[in-house]
Amino acid sequence: MMADLKLTQKLWSGGLIVLFFAGWEAFCLISGMSDLILPRPSQVIETLIARFPVLWPHILQTLSTTMVGFALGVALGVFLGAMIGVSRVAYDTVYPLLIGFSSIPKVAVVPIFVLWFGSGTVPAVLTSLAICFFPIVVNIATGLATTEPELEDVLKALGASKMDILWNVGLPRTMPFFFASLKVAITYAFVGTVLAETVASNRGIGNVMMSASSNFDVPLVFAGLFILAALGVALYVAFSLIEARVTGWATRKNDLVAA
Amino acid sequence: MPRPALAVELSQASVTFGRGANSVPALAATTLRIPDGEFVALVGPSGCGKSTILRLVSGLVQPSAGVVIVGGREVAAKALRIGMAFQNPTMLPWLTIEKNVMLPLKIVQPFRAAYRQKKRSEFRDKAHALLAQVGLKGFASRYPWQLSGGMLQRANLCRALIHEPRMLLLDEPFGALDQFTREELWSILQDLWLSYRPTVLLVTHDLREAAFLASRICVMSARPGRIIDDAPVAFQRPRNIAMTFEPDFVALNQRLRELIVDARGAAQAEVSA
Ligand SMILES: Nc1ncnc2c1ncn2[C@@H]1O[C@H](COP(=O)(O)OP(=O)(O)OP(=O)(O)O)[C@@H](O)[C@H]1O
Ligand SMILES: [Mg+2]
Repeated sequence: MMADLKLTQKLWSGGLIVLFFAGWEAFCLISGMSDLILPRPSQVIETLIARFPVLWPHILQTLSTTMVGFALGVALGVFLGAMIGVSRVAYDTVYPLLIGFSSIPKVAVVPIFVLWFGSGTVPAVLTSLAICFFPIVVNIATGLATTEPELEDVLKALGASKMDILWNVGLPRTMPFFFASLKVAITYAFVGTVLAETVASNRGIGNVMMSASSNFDVPLVFAGLFILAALGVALYVAFSLIEARVTGWATRKNDLVAA
Repeated sequence: MPRPALAVELSQASVTFGRGANSVPALAATTLRIPDGEFVALVGPSGCGKSTILRLVSGLVQPSAGVVIVGGREVAAKALRIGMAFQNPTMLPWLTIEKNVMLPLKIVQPFRAAYRQKKRSEFRDKAHALLAQVGLKGFASRYPWQLSGGMLQRANLCRALIHEPRMLLLDEPFGALDQFTREELWSILQDLWLSYRPTVLLVTHDLREAAFLASRICVMSARPGRIIDDAPVAFQRPRNIAMTFEPDFVALNQRLRELIVDARGAAQAEVSA
């Protein structure tokens, strides 16, 4: 019964996507919309296929920049999250600063990165790092801060060190929080990369879209959007699959109840 | 090394939580000596400091005044292996029951050093043997959410015992269970105690439980608690549930009950005065 429900749900979301594009296509055809304003999805796909050889290096550029920024963001996020998650004092001390930093619009920091490192890949990596590490910090810190006091007592009475408790209880318990944040962070990392590429780079999908729009090559702009959406979905799915393998215990209980 | 004759020695130990105007005296100066291998039950009105005594003995709380000596040394030194179990079984949801039970072996020496080599052989067998003893044969590779509350509490007992602790600290371990499961677990705990002979300190609100299991019962006054009655329980072992309906047993229960009712009454009189 559970499997049926899941299948139905998948059909529905697939159907919704198809419906969305069909609706878009129909709307353009019926209203006679100029493809300089809103190209039809079929035109976008056509452009995508025709220009693919030119787009491919940019796709790789954006993807690799994002992955590097994301990896650094995860490392930084896990480190900061672990630091402030294990200690109440650190949590209270560092949190206001983090909130302050995360409320800065990241568009505003791109020029600073360009000033420091010149335009190109480095500011893009840094922007995606800066934009994606925050949800990881918050989730790791929360996961670590919410361990059950009774279990901690049991382990402390055995003579367990802080490290023992972190390793055996804190970190595994944090895994579901961590993966939830990874899924958010990877999409943020994309936003960061593309943002920096539009402003200060001559490579990458962001830059392609920028120059396409100044040439009024609107189908190419939309092709860029399609690529970004596809990359985002692909990475999201990849992390969901890993998540399901690593932290299945956190969801299995609900499955059982629902079944 | 000969074992010290006294497992626990509280001398005028008191605990006050917090400072200044917000301070809460949780435990008045308490003196308690527990010989090695004895089974002591601690009963008393709610909030009188029973859990605090357990936390003192396990070294989780330092005495505000007085001395706490466990296994012949001041607590911080951890002279004894200690096993603990609370009312809430707190099994880790991402580990199987077997792995949960083996957790202390991963932490406590001398098991810790050999954990990697023996976790699939000797240690696993040990966990299985204990699980079988509490009636959980065949559940070793299940996950905690696949077990009922009573079954989890059995696993919890195993986790408290797997590292062969010399001292077992139990804080209302059967408080959340139904009467029948509870009585069954009393018998299991008695058997475990008779076979391993750890020193046990059991906190409970169930006077029948105290009288059935303990070889000595300490009654505490209302907060800040101190020990107002300390008497041995002479019934022969192994005890069985039928005994709990015999006149001697019922009389003991009655006496304990009156002591606690009085302790509560005294506290309330103080508040209203
Ligand atoms: N961490 C703490 N901070 C402040 N006060 C505390 C703390 N822990 C316990 N207390 C107080 O100390 C007193 C004794 O607590 P304790 O937990 O030892 O009671 P108890 O006898 O175990 O009660 P119960 O039977 O309800 O479990 C209580 O009045 C409680 O309010
Ligand atoms: Mg208590």
